[in-house]
Amino acid sequence: MASDHIVGIDLGTTNSLVAYMQGDVPAVIPGEDGSNLVPSVVALDQKNQVVVGNLARKYLIETPERAVYSVKRLMGRGVEDIQEELKLFPFRLADDLQAGEVLRIKIGERDYTPPEISAHILRQLKRNAERFFGGPISKAVITVPAYFNDAQRQATKDAGRIAGLDVLRLVNEPTAASLAYGLDKRKNGIVAVYDLGGGTFDISILKLHDGIFEVIATNGDTHLGGDDIDNLLITIALDDIRGDLGLDLRRNGEAVQHIRQAVIEAKIALSAEQATKLDVELPGGKRYQREITRAMFEQIVQPIIDRTVSPCKQALKDAKLKPSEIDEVVLVGGSTRIPKVRQLVQDLFGRVPHTDLNPDEVVALGAAIQANILGGGSEVTKEMLLLDVTPLSLGIEVAGGVTDKIILRNSTIPASATQYYTTQVDGQTNVAIHVLQGERELARDCRSLARFDLKGIPPLAAGMPRIEVKFLIDANGILQVSAREQRSGREAQIEVQPSYGLTDEQVENMLLESFDFAEEDIRQRQVIEARREAETILAALAKGKKSEAWQQLSSEERRKVVTLEEALVAVKDGDDYAAIRSAIDALNQGTMHLAELMMDGAVAVALKGKTMDEADLGEGPQAGHPVAKAEFE
Amino acid sequence: MIMPGEATSNCWSCGTMRATHFCSACGKVQPPAPVDYFMFFGLPRKLNLDTALLEREFYALSRRLHPDVFAQAGSQERAWSLEQSSMLNDAYRTLKDPIKRTAYLLRLEGVELEEQSKQATEKARETGELKKQAVPPDLLEEVFELNMHLEELRMQKKMGEDDPALLEEIGKAKLSLEEKYDALFNELKSEWTSWDQAVDSGSEEDRQKILERMLDVLNRRNYVRNLVRDVNEVLEST
Repeated sequence: MASDHIVGIDLGTTNSLVAYMQGDVPAVIPGEDGSNLVPSVVALDQKNQVVVGNLARKYLIETPERAVYSVKRLMGRGVEDIQEELKLFPFRLADDLQAGEVLRIKIGERDYTPPEISAHILRQLKRNAERFFGGPISKAVITVPAYFNDAQRQATKDAGRIAGLDVLRLVNEPTAASLAYGLDKRKNGIVAVYDLGGGTFDISILKLHDGIFEVIATNGDTHLGGDDIDNLLITIALDDIRGDLGLDLRRNGEAVQHIRQAVIEAKIALSAEQATKLDVELPGGKRYQREITRAMFEQIVQPIIDRTVSPCKQALKDAKLKPSEIDEVVLVGGSTRIPKVRQLVQDLFGRVPHTDLNPDEVVALGAAIQANILGGGSEVTKEMLLLDVTPLSLGIEVAGGVTDKIILRNSTIPASATQYYTTQVDGQTNVAIHVLQGERELARDCRSLARFDLKGIPPLAAGMPRIEVKFLIDANGILQVSAREQRSGREAQIEVQPSYGLTDEQVENMLLESFDFAEEDIRQRQVIEARREAETILAALAKGKKSEAWQQLSSEERRKVVTLEEALVAVKDGDDYAAIRSAIDALNQGTMHLAELMMDGAVAVALKGKTMDEADLGEGPQAGHPVAKAEFE
Repeated sequence: MIMPGEATSNCWSCGTMRATHFCSACGKVQPPAPVDYFMFFGLPRKLNLDTALLEREFYALSRRLHPDVFAQAGSQERAWSLEQSSMLNDAYRTLKDPIKRTAYLLRLEGVELEEQSKQATEKARETGELKKQAVPPDLLEEVFELNMHLEELRMQKKMGEDDPALLEEIGKAKLSLEEKYDALFNELKSEWTSWDQAVDSGSEEDRQKILERMLDVLNRRNYVRNLVRDVNEVLEST
């Protein structure tokens, strides 16, 4: 029976965290290694086991084609959206991908969709929480960038479901951060949250009053973050290396990952120091060394940081506020540690930003507060309420390829709009609707959200049916559509073809697979343990065969032992736990006599005057020596 | 206020005659009633509105209707809270803004703005053209002259020429239009007062006349706004 704990999860581009409300304050739940942050890296080890987090980072450097990082940049996207990222990502995509389809990444033998990969990270966080609470966890609040569109949000919800979590709410990251800030400060006022993470940028302007956190406007760029800074530095380093050392390493996955590691360390160092040194070991023993000053770094990354200015200005415009009317600016996300970013924020808003809260943890802490609110609230949270907005206008494609906006951006959610449709042809029983998100006039410049096929319309003369279609954006920022033919009162069936997404059926299948996976996990562990045991026995036997005792066996016996040995060797690298187990047991049985002889031999050697220690018994069977040291005259 | 007989279902939970959103006896959330935005807030269909009061009511209702409050409730209550709170947000958004409020009232009373008229929309879709509005008669001459100036400016910009006198003319015209825009808003507000009085003590005919006048003000105001936008576009282009 699941515990009542609802956890808050920050599923970040670079790092993920799980947190909960501990009494009056939120707290992050650490992993087994004591670390609060779980790197959002998923890899397959040599035995095709999925590894997540710090462990996976090792595989990322050694076997980069079997690892995925920053999968958040792939959620709710199609192959046509990620051409830039693909240049530096070490993994391969499935060959037969179509535009508008959910992405599939080839790792090892299988294809994985981004929600499945994210589900592995979520499962790890779930395990960490379960270990902490000593019981099952089934409900969570997961955060998403405020500027995430419908497909990206749905992908996150799907990931939660595949991981076996009931996602009670998706919360926007800046809003979550404001919760943590608001709980801490308990002040009324207008707050701007500037959130620059690994892969996404959000700016949200909120009004805090009497426990209500009301978002007035939000804007951002879901294609902008620390990763872009890293990629720029990597590209420069690769060009440098090609120029200085004549080596083109762009195709060398391991080299790129080594360089990536180095530039990230340099970037972090330059937040505290004025200069640092890049020192990377390259294949073939060469070294790439380069000093970088903070001034050089700032010049290089200025264009990337500058991309945050326009969304900030638009958000202020939409909020109808001047920078001077903002009471506080809160910084969120690791990239806000960069001094140049802080300077930019200070210049934009005309005030020193608030940096008390840990930019890596604040979102998870906010998610934990929201989780607490959803669970009924406690003394400190019972007055708190989140009123968030939809970041993008919702529109319908109409004749002429134009978008007809029906719900405007920054509308408080839940929000709805009703449209009326009719048929063009006598007896027509379906109507197709193409729904889009974005601010542009033309449908092709907006983001396709989904195509809805309304079925089951009573066949009448053209123009007779009056179909009422209700578009509802729920508290997660996700669209729900319902339709009814008004004359007959019949509900139309709606078939959804999501863009860049998974159908409900696909998610269900992945969830079922994950159950098999869990059993698979257990099975795999057993196989690995058995394999180790087999290897131990075989090593001991190899030594045993060199000993005198071996000669004391009859040739019949020796033949039997060798047969059993070969039988174990044949199965030990396979996947059949039962076979390995029985081969181990058979060999143990078959070598009992040899073991006895080896023991006696040891004793005999001792009897000849040498001590046990001096006699070279080799390693022998790992079981403790049953015979105590004997003393003989 | 909601009159008995307008929302006459009994509370699904305890059977008492219900108030708009919650059962007045047991407090449980109700399915959304088919009311308009004014009735949703328990307000009369009047245009002068205490926005501070509206805001307080909005927050108070949000605290009770928001889906977050029903996260642990049954699926029926959660569905109702979702519908209720979306209506709450839609209603608040509409009534809070003076122009949206006016346009909404007109629509409720069966009057449609030119820009929004279905016919114009259909025609625009068919031809792919932008919807055109008729020029308000009192602006005819001004508009004619301004359009000429704008055309001249467009030509000049193409040729890379610069005529400060023309720019000054256009600047003055724009200023005049902006003043008209503000004046129209004031005109609208005085119509509001007429409407509110007519709701209490006027005849159907009186009210119809006021609606038509408000429609006219809104249409003219929209026209002026679009024109100023066009001017800005030309001024800012290279």
